Amino acid sequence: MKEYLKGMYDGIPICLGYVSVSFAFGLMCSSGGLSALVSVIISMTNLTSAGQFAGLDIIKSGGGLFELAFATFIINLRYLLMSLSLSQRIDPKISLPGRLIMSFGITDEIFALSMQQNGSITFKYFVGLMTLPYIGWAGGTFLGSFASSVLPEQVRLALSIAIYAMFIAIIIPPSKKSRPVLFVVLTSIAVSIALHVIPVLKQLSSGWLIIISTFIAASLGAYLYPEKEDEK
Amino acid sequence: MKIAASIIIMGAVTYAIRLLPLTFFRRRIKNPYIKSFLNFVPFAVLGAMTFPDVFTSAGSVGASLAGLAAALVLSYMEKGLLTVSAAACAAAFAADLIIRVI
Repeated sequence: MKEYLKGMYDGIPICLGYVSVSFAFGLMCSSGGLSALVSVIISMTNLTSAGQFAGLDIIKSGGGLFELAFATFIINLRYLLMSLSLSQRIDPKISLPGRLIMSFGITDEIFALSMQQNGSITFKYFVGLMTLPYIGWAGGTFLGSFASSVLPEQVRLALSIAIYAMFIAIIIPPSKKSRPVLFVVLTSIAVSIALHVIPVLKQLSSGWLIIISTFIAASLGAYLYPEKEDEK
Repeated sequence: MKIAASIIIMGAVTYAIRLLPLTFFRRRIKNPYIKSFLNFVPFAVLGAMTFPDVFTSAGSVGASLAGLAAALVLSYMEKGLLTVSAAACAAAFAADLIIRVI
């Protein structure tokens, strides 16, 4: 129970960030003619920002189901990498049903935060961590699609930086302590910015940009600093 | 009923990607390069997701930079995630007000 509660507590900032992002998703759904029920079902079955926004675009523009499946696959391919990373860190005794439940909660933020744990990641902690962000994601979508004027625009805009601030708070302390981590973070930022600026490449979907930046930065890091950096 | 098919496809594809490695890959990886690659993944993902998007995250660049500055300083002081997020929102909100008044 203690571990579950600790997970829930750690999930609060993710939840806040998710409410503001899913609120925007709900708004876009209602402006695209989707009902609140449909929007919330999408959020509750997907739990992913970039994938849902892209999917919504395709649905609204009347795109085909194959295009939808392919775009979802490409944008969310990074979860494959995260799931693999996580498989190395979770308590090996976790059962199949437990793994099925945990898999559902792998998002960029939940994954990154869970990896900050010392030692192996337990089922209870991870499920605790998933709980509030999941509720926030569904609830934010509901609010956004229902009442497009609940929050004044200034407040909504200010809230949308929350998620990035949280990312920064996760990456800076380990970057201070470990040169390899600092190297990987700076490389990834540099590649990501470059990809957003270079003419042809910036047409790529945000999912691809994240995959490419991650791959380059983590590979270079692994090449220069193999193994030793295990004392997290 | 295309919308129902769309929802099922999106949900199923997303879940399958998350599910497969965690459920079926039970070996411990020994290779030092792959191990360290996987350890670096979360940091690389977060770096790429944050930049450059954060520069426009709070609407105007001015408000975003104010929020970013608050987040950088407080994170460097190793404050908690909630504190850093709340301070960044407050800084962005304040900067936005100031920009609108000027």
